[in-house]
Amino acid sequence: MDRRQRLFVHRIGIDHGRMNFWRAIVLAALVATAPAPLAGEIPPDARRSGYSFMGPDTRAMQDDDTSSPGMLFVLDGETLWTKKAGSADKACADCHGDARSSMKGVAARYPAFDKALARPVTLDQRINLCRANHQQAAPLPYESRDILALSAFVAHQSRGVAITAGDDPQLKPFIEQGRNLFMQREGQLNLACTNCHDDNFEKRLAGSPITQAQPTGYPLYRLEWQTLGSLERRLRSCMTGVRAQAYDYGAPELVALELYLMARARGMPMETPAVRP
Amino acid sequence: SLAFVANARAEGLAPYEIIGDGIAESLTGAPGDAARGRALVLARTTTCILCHSGPFPETRFQGDLAPDLTGAGNRWTVSQLRLRMVDAARFNPDTIMPSYYRADGLVRVGRNFAGKPILSAAEIEDIVAYLATLRD
Ligand code: HEC
Ligand code: HEC
Ligand code: HEC
Repeated sequence: MDRRQRLFVHRIGIDHGRMNFWRAIVLAALVATAPAPLAGEIPPDARRSGYSFMGPDTRAMQDDDTSSPGMLFVLDGETLWTKKAGSADKACADCHGDARSSMKGVAARYPAFDKALARPVTLDQRINLCRANHQQAAPLPYESRDILALSAFVAHQSRGVAITAGDDPQLKPFIEQGRNLFMQREGQLNLACTNCHDDNFEKRLAGSPITQAQPTGYPLYRLEWQTLGSLERRLRSCMTGVRAQAYDYGAPELVALELYLMARARGMPMETPAVRP
Repeated sequence: SLAFVANARAEGLAPYEIIGDGIAESLTGAPGDAARGRALVLARTTTCILCHSGPFPETRFQGDLAPDLTGAGNRWTVSQLRLRMVDAARFNPDTIMPSYYRADGLVRVGRNFAGKPILSAAEIEDIVAYLATLRD
């Protein structure tokens, strides 16, 4: 049915109570639906990285490690990897050795379930857990240069590796929480992630192409930010865009959304550090 | 209490009556100004051209999530245009078009926007006046 026809179905005598009733039905249907793909979700063979929506210049920047600005952060991360820190006076390398082998594929399965905390943790949170528990060092603040450099360095070891996040059955309720958040309309503009990223990718929001919100490249260099940024930063800016109150960094809701996005991207290759407009 | 404040703010919205598929009466009691309405539609913060395109040769950054506004004044009456601006969901419950004159029933609205409609009654009237001029 096209929109004009629907207009006639709904045009007369719909009061506010009925509208809320309709919204409630839609919401209940979403909540009740377990892992089976919902209408509007992208089938596996139609998934596309944000890379494929970019112009040739931005692609070329990502393709060439000597011009990709994110590679500077990866190099910084490599230095930090071998630098002793905290009162334990240990470097990451003292426990994990050569990251090229020990960290290969690790970022591709994050956020991962942490037994002690009984919830998923992001790669950034895992690194800070190592700082706290194994180095006896203060946590690195979210979006600080050092945490971005370390997580870019670790995630870079998975470049080209297929995403496996979400395999652990203990993650199931958290993936579902993330999916519900993705489907939930929010903010003054009353839009859900799915409205743009499942239903309208490849269209243009003002001048910008809307992508499928695939999390394959993080942390990544965004030209608009003029720096590297985390997936959480990206999600927070989409929330602010719809005039919603963005969740704080590290909030369980953001971790759940991140986990849902990674599980939704299962099998897609990691690109860290990617470049985006 | 918080609830009282939210209600007081929501009550700050001008009352309107939906008759059939429209709102016949101006929200302000006065006609809007089409020239101001055009400027509002083009302003980024009003958000229309995030989704819509239209007869706006001066801007390259127009969206294509929604119909081109060219000819909207032929397709819809002023009364229908006003209701669509106030609450587009009345025409299509699944629409992605925001309700511009509504402040309740929304989730996690940002601190700076909570309890306020996206546009004021006067802004809506200006935009409605402009849309009505969009005739092919
Ligand atoms: C109104 C449309 C809209 C909504 C709603 C929206 N986004 Fe976005 N999103 C965009 C646009 C446009 C871009 C990228 C373009 C840009 O800003 O460069 C983007 C980018 C992204 C990216 C980056 C993809 C990449 O290739 O790096 C992710 C991830 C993302 N959004 C997730 C979300 C999530 C999660 C939500 C809900 C909390 C959401 N978005 C809500 C429009 C939207
Ligand atoms: C004293 C030993 C030690 C140090 C130092 C250390 N880690 Fe760890 N790391 C571990 C252990 C043990 C684990 C397994 C989880 C746990 O028990 O904390 C781990 C887990 C990890 C993981 C997750 C691996 C996986 O397969 O899920 C990452 C990523 C990681 N560390 C990165 C780092 C980084 C980056 C640093 C330096 C900032 C660092 N670690 C410092 C001992 C250490
Ligand atoms: C997030 C997307 C979005 C935004 C923002 C938006 N609209 Fe819409 N609009 C739509 C969609 C989609 C439709 C198609 C019908 C429907 O789904 O309700 C529509 C339909 C319309 C129509 C009827 C179109 C026709 O000619 O048949 C008018 C008029 C209109 N919008 C005006 C506006 C104005 C003015 C603004 C800003 C104050 C605005 N819209 C903001 C998405 C949007």
